[in-house]
Formats: sequence, structure tokens, C-alpha cells
Amino acid sequence: MAVSSRRRVLPGFRLSLGFSWFYLGLLVLLPLSGLFLRTFTLTWAQFWETVTSARALAAYQLTFGASLAAALANVVFGLLVAWVLVRYRFPGRDLVEALVDLPFALPTAVAGLTLTTLFSANGWYGRHLEALGLKVAYTSLGVAVALTFIGLPFVVRTVQPVLEDIDVDVEEAAATLGATPWQTFARVLFPGILPALLSGFTLAFARALGEYGSVVFISGNMPLRTEIVPLLIITKLEQYDYAGATAIAVVMLTASFLLLLAVNLLHRWSHRRLEARSGH
Amino acid sequence: MHPSTLVLRRRTRTLGGPAVIRWTLIGLALLFLGVFLVVPLVAVFTFAFQKGWEAYAAAISHPEALSAMRLTLTAAAIAVPLNLVFGVAAAWLIARFRFPGRSLLITLIDLPFSVSPVIAGLIFVLMFGRQGWLGPWLAEHDLHVIFAVPGIVLATVFITFPFVAREVLPVMQAQGSDEEEAALTLGASGWRMFWRVTLPKVKWGVIYGVILCNARAMGEFGAVSVVSGHVRGVTTTLPLHAEILYNEYDFVGAFAVASLLTLLALVTLVVKKYVEWRSVAS
Amino acid sequence: MRTQILLPLFLALSLAGCSKSSSDASAPSKGTEDVTLLNVSYDPTRELYADFNAAFAKQWEAKHGQKVTIKQSHGGSGKQARAVIDGLDADVVTLALAYDVDMLHDKAQLIPQNWQTRLLDNSAPYTSTIVFVVRKGNPKGIKDWEDLVKEGVSVITPNPKTSGGARWNYLAAWGYALRKQGGSEATAQAFIEKLFRNVPVLDSGARGSTTTFAERGLGDVLIAWENEAFLLTKEVGKDKFEIVVPSVSILAEPPVTVVDKNVDKRGTRAVAEAYLQYLYSDEGQELAAKHYYRPRSQAVAAKHAALFPKVSLFTIADVFGGWKKAQAAHFDDGGVFDRIYVPQAR
Repeated sequence: MAVSSRRRVLPGFRLSLGFSWFYLGLLVLLPLSGLFLRTFTLTWAQFWETVTSARALAAYQLTFGASLAAALANVVFGLLVAWVLVRYRFPGRDLVEALVDLPFALPTAVAGLTLTTLFSANGWYGRHLEALGLKVAYTSLGVAVALTFIGLPFVVRTVQPVLEDIDVDVEEAAATLGATPWQTFARVLFPGILPALLSGFTLAFARALGEYGSVVFISGNMPLRTEIVPLLIITKLEQYDYAGATAIAVVMLTASFLLLLAVNLLHRWSHRRLEARSGH
Repeated sequence: MHPSTLVLRRRTRTLGGPAVIRWTLIGLALLFLGVFLVVPLVAVFTFAFQKGWEAYAAAISHPEALSAMRLTLTAAAIAVPLNLVFGVAAAWLIARFRFPGRSLLITLIDLPFSVSPVIAGLIFVLMFGRQGWLGPWLAEHDLHVIFAVPGIVLATVFITFPFVAREVLPVMQAQGSDEEEAALTLGASGWRMFWRVTLPKVKWGVIYGVILCNARAMGEFGAVSVVSGHVRGVTTTLPLHAEILYNEYDFVGAFAVASLLTLLALVTLVVKKYVEWRSVAS
Repeated sequence: MRTQILLPLFLALSLAGCSKSSSDASAPSKGTEDVTLLNVSYDPTRELYADFNAAFAKQWEAKHGQKVTIKQSHGGSGKQARAVIDGLDADVVTLALAYDVDMLHDKAQLIPQNWQTRLLDNSAPYTSTIVFVVRKGNPKGIKDWEDLVKEGVSVITPNPKTSGGARWNYLAAWGYALRKQGGSEATAQAFIEKLFRNVPVLDSGARGSTTTFAERGLGDVLIAWENEAFLLTKEVGKDKFEIVVPSVSILAEPPVTVVDKNVDKRGTRAVAEAYLQYLYSDEGQELAAKHYYRPRSQAVAAKHAALFPKVSLFTIADVFGGWKKAQAAHFDDGGVFDRIYVPQAR
């Protein structure tokens, strides 16, 4: 954990450390601490009742479940898209490359409206899916669809630079040694992009947990069935119950903090193993 | 000049396996992007132009739309540089040094992502609102933070906090510090090394980070909505203006304004292409 | 060297932001200098206040030689009230329910407790009621509340937990069930339970529900404000929908008030009070009627009698003993609405 002497050669440790913590503290930690303080106005019993009500539990389940599904879908398709964008040339590649960031630029409310329009029973997609017996709008599937949309850029954009950095020679060597393309991918490439994939997954998952704007349009907001956690927070605020709202927010915040921490530790561990293996 | 661009050209032919696999993968990726990106984008423009070009032009040149555009650009113009400086500093710190609390720092940087936008807005209300910590002091000095431009900027900074750091960090980690150490050995000062060696090396991470940060800063709705107060033509950003129009049953206007935001995203792409072209040229 | 520039730059930027906005938001407003008012309102009043603000500004300038600019803010009623509580400098609020205005007193002492007695008619210069919108030709034959709980009828109404309009819808249905023959709290709750079993989607706001009904083609009936129903049938979706007026409904009174603390600080009390008074004038009442709100003035109402069918209306005070009680009993956590949605397992 200590600063190694070789690293200390580089300048700017104290400056960047001080500035990072200062900026983080001023803009993130200080405001967030207000959230905790407001929650402390509740007694423990009140807090517990608020955060473990049947509706809250159902909402956690939906939010975490749909976010997980969306993040996993983004891992699979994001990797695919990143791979195709980096490794292949085809007509329209530049356009596709440009479009990847779109879910960030589109206001979430517009994204929600557009997706609902597409997936509702009389929409472009909905009418065909409904014929197949698949309902998307106003179901938990719809929630997952919206969350996949808003988290789409993360995996693509974290994997892309790493994929570009991986030396082709390694793959060529593997191929020369008789490895099938699949073996090359699984044994040679995948370990290299795993950290980026993991961090893309984390970001997409974290973003999905908090999303509100796009989801309320497509979810239908039915209590116990399609009610997401941020909506519960809003309903608390509607009753001027700031403490109740912050209590649920604190639960979500703590849960995602622990999750993020776990992933980052995992990341560090895999990084070290990688470094150890490659003889650093 | 940029090595990966050169490598790219070469590797295009050499890899990817048999044509069948290649085209299957391309097909799958395009199908996914088509369903999830292209069609929604087409839908946005279809709605925006439902009543013809004139209605579209009228919607985006309305004084309230213009003032919303100004506010959106202002917020992004302040939030992006701030997070850029922080992002590069934090990436340098995390990539180059081992110190206690490093994993904690990374996790805390990610945290704003997982905070629901509504809560991200609320925390500033709890801090600067009439009943917040600083509320009475601000009221005494007749300073406005929330329901005014500073609140919108703060919320935007918070929401886009991790982007640059997150994009620069893996690139910096992947590249190692040998060149920097060489520069120092040759007698370069810390800042000189930073400008001449470090920054050029992580250029692509920085550009991606800025693009994502900018897109998100302009598109943010939830957090800004909480701290804006929705005063028409004064504290409405483009996404808020789109929502207002939608609530007035002006669907054409709402989608026209939204389409403008997708165009802003395309502008960032042009910038990226330009930088790419410049670096190949030199 | 660079950081030494950056930190002060950051501070300078934030300060510049602060000072800029403060000069924006609270321009001096005494004497014959130009004056600005901020009216914080709820969603469906946009069209009304766009017209009314222009009319008032003209009248005020003619009378006092002073230019008045009225800035508007619209949003969900509860969210708007919270913004004012948290520091939005509203001179007047014109919200959907008295409960939200009450909170301006309870949570921040911005107005006196007796605010509702300061203006005529419970401080509600125009009223509305809750009606049904059905598809052209009324294929399901919807005539009254009783038809909404029939099997196979799909009803669209927003979420009472997040939408003020939805609360009026809910209370109208409850009042109907309670006041009909043999009605009691128990039968009313059973009625509401059956009604909400027919609701497939709970949008977060009234206009979201209207879109779900009109654009997505979901549902057989939309429960809505009368003014929204008119807007939908006469302007947005001409010839696609019909209004059905139930036998009994609730008198919705959207209240208005001056925000005392803000107008006293900004020195805008005179113009703000005149603004609200003007809502009660013949011109104001005409504009309300034009935008499908029921005018209070007998004379103006008589002129528009053809537009607004006679309905037997009850008030929230009659049936529920006021908004605060209704809110606590029905919509707060653990209230009746929550109890409708208990997990099936129990």
C-alpha cells in the first residue's frame, strides 16, 4: 500500500492527491453528506420501516434485477459493437461510431417517450412483438429495455480504446501456433479486455440503478410490479417527506457504493494477477 | 503520428477470422445498433418533421428555445473544463501512484453515476435551499444558487463528474510511465513533461471523455429539473424545454428541440474526426 | 503553475454565476420602473396563463404606466410547491390543490395560515371538475362511475402518489361511491379497489396519462380534468374522442395566493395582489372560460352555460373534511391507496 520508491520519481503526487480529494469533497462528498444528515432525523425504527416496506422491497428487486439484466446485455452487445468497430471496416462504420454516444445526448425524457412510442402496442416494434405475445411497454421488460438504451455507450467506449491497444502480433502468433479464432479470443484477447469490460459493466449498472426520466414513461409505474426505486423517492417527496426520500436514497447509495467498491477491488486483483503473470 | 492509427490500418486485413464470422458479427452488431439506436433516432426526427420544415424551424428558433440553448451551452462550457482538469489529475494520481485509499477514491469517483438524478438535484436543494445549510446565509446576501444558473451548473458538474477520469485512467494505466521517467531524466520539469509527454499520450482518452461528458452535460434532465425551478426562458435548459413543449401537447416542438441535442452530439463527432485527421496528417 | 490559475478561476466562475443570477432574478421593482412577477403554476394552466399574463400586463400598463413582465413556471403541483418552499422566488402561486399551498405555510411559513380566506371563493377564481373521455362513439357504453368498474373496461388515470390531478380523480370516485345509496367507507374502498384493478398503467403525471390514452391507444376511458378533456377533444385529437359527464363529480378548486414573504422582500405586493384580483374580473373570468375552466362569476358562467353541463358537484370539505385529512387518509404512505396494492401473498 505504501508509495513505492520507483513511482515516487514522478512529480505531482501531492498536487494531484490534494486537488482530487478537494474537488471530490467539495462537489460530491459534501453535498452527499447532507443526504445522510437528513436521514438521521428519522429514528432507527422509522428508517427501517421506510426502507423495508413491501413496496420498497419490490422496487429494489425490480431496479436491481432490471439494471443487472441491462448491464449484462450491454456487456454482450457492447463488446460485440466495440469489436466490430475496432477490427472491421464496412460501409457506414463512421456513422455507427458517431451514434454510439447518442443515448447520452438524448434527454432521458425524450428517450423514454421515443422508446414507449416504439414499443407500445400500436408502435413500430410493439405491434409485431405483441403479435408474438411479447409485451414490452409497461412491463419489467420495458424497464430493462430503457436501461439498456441509456447504458449502451459505457461498455463500447471503455472496451474500444483497450481493444485498439492490444497488439495484433499476439493474436497472429496464437494463430500461427494453431489456435482457432475462438481459442485466440478466449485465451489471448479476453483476459486483456476483461478489466475494461468489468468497468464498463460497473458504469452501465450504476447508471441504470439511478435512472428515472426514461423509465417512468415505459414502466407504467404499477405498485409492486413496475415501480422503480427512484419513483418511490419521488412519491415520498410528493408527500413532503424529505427524510423518507433520503432514507431510500441512502439505502440505494450504500448498496451501489459497496457494489462499486467490490468491482473495483476485483478489478485491482485481476490487474495484479495479470501483471504478475506477465512478469512485471 | 499516433501509433494506434497506423497499426489499425495494418491490422484491418490481417485479422478477424473467416469472412463468415466477420460478416455475422458485423450483422449482429448492426442489428443491435439498428434496433436500439438508429430506429429511435429516426423516430425522433420523424416526429420532429411531422408538420414540415417550417414547424421545425419555428420550434428551434423560438426565443425560449434559443435561451434554453444558451443556458445548456453555458452549463456544458463550465462543467466540461472543470471535470476535464479533475479527470486528468485524478487519472494521473491513480495510474501513477500507489497510496492508501486508492480503491476508495476510484469508487467515490464512480459514485455520482449511481446516484439517481433526482437525488443529485435534491442534495443541492438540501444544501443551498431556503431550509438548507447555506440557505439563510445566501438569502441574507441575496445570492441565488438553486433555481438559478449556478445550481444548474453544479448539478451538471455532479452528473458528469466521472467521465473524463474514467476514460483517461485505463489509457494511462495501459501505457506505463517509462517515457515520462525518461523525460525527467533528461532534465524536463514536471509541467513540461506533463504537457509534452503525458498529455499527448492520453489524448484519445481525453477526447472520448470530453465527448461523453459533453453529451451527458447537455442531455441531463432529472437533476437539472430539480434545481431549475422551470422558469420559462430563464432557467430552462434544452431538455427541460423539450419536456415543457411535450406537456403543452406540442410534440413536434418537443422532438425538434430534442433532435437539436442529437445534432450537438454529431458536432462533437466532427471535432473528433478533425483531431484524428490532424494527427494522421502531422 | 496551471493549478494556481485554475483554482481561482473555478471560484471566480462560481461567483460570477452567483452574482449574475441574483441580478437576473431580483431586479429592483419600485416606483415606475419595470417590474417582473413570477407565477409558479401547475401543468394544465399553461395556455390559460399565457393569455392571461398578456391581458394583465396590458391592463396594468394602461392603468399605472408601469411595464410588468410575468415569468411562468409550470410543473407537477407538488414539485412546484417544493420548489417555492426551497427558495424559488415565486410572487404568486397558482396550484392544483390547496394541500400543496398549505405546505407553503406548514413547511416554510411563507404565507399565513388563513391564506385561503384572503380571496373570494376559497381563493379559487375558477373551478373545474372531473369527467371521462371515451373513444369516438363510446364503444363500451360508458355513462357513469359504475361503468368504470365493470369487467373488461380499461381505465387510464395517473398515479395519485405523484400527480395532483390523479388525486382529484380518485376523490371524485370515492365521493361518488360514498354518497350513492347504501354507500359507506367500506363500500367506497371496495369501489376504489375495483376501479384501480381496471387501471393498466399509472403515469406519473396527468399529461402523461392523456398521451397514453390518446397516442398509445391504451384504455377505454380516461379520467381527467374537465379543462384537459376539452383540450383533448376540441384541439388535440379532434373527432377522435368524446366527453362523458358522470352524474356526480367533485368540485375541483385550484387555489391561488400571493407568497407574502417573497413579495414583501421584492416589493411586489401591490402588483401581485392586483394580478390575482384580475383573475376575478370579467376579463379574467372570460379567459378562464375560454380555456375551459368553469368561471366563478355568475354572469360569465351564464354566457358559457352551453359549454359546461350541469353536474351535481360535492366539495372536498363536504366529503373529506379538507385536503389535509384527505391526503393523510388516502395518499400518504400506508393510506387507503397503498392498501389497495397489497402483495397478493398476504
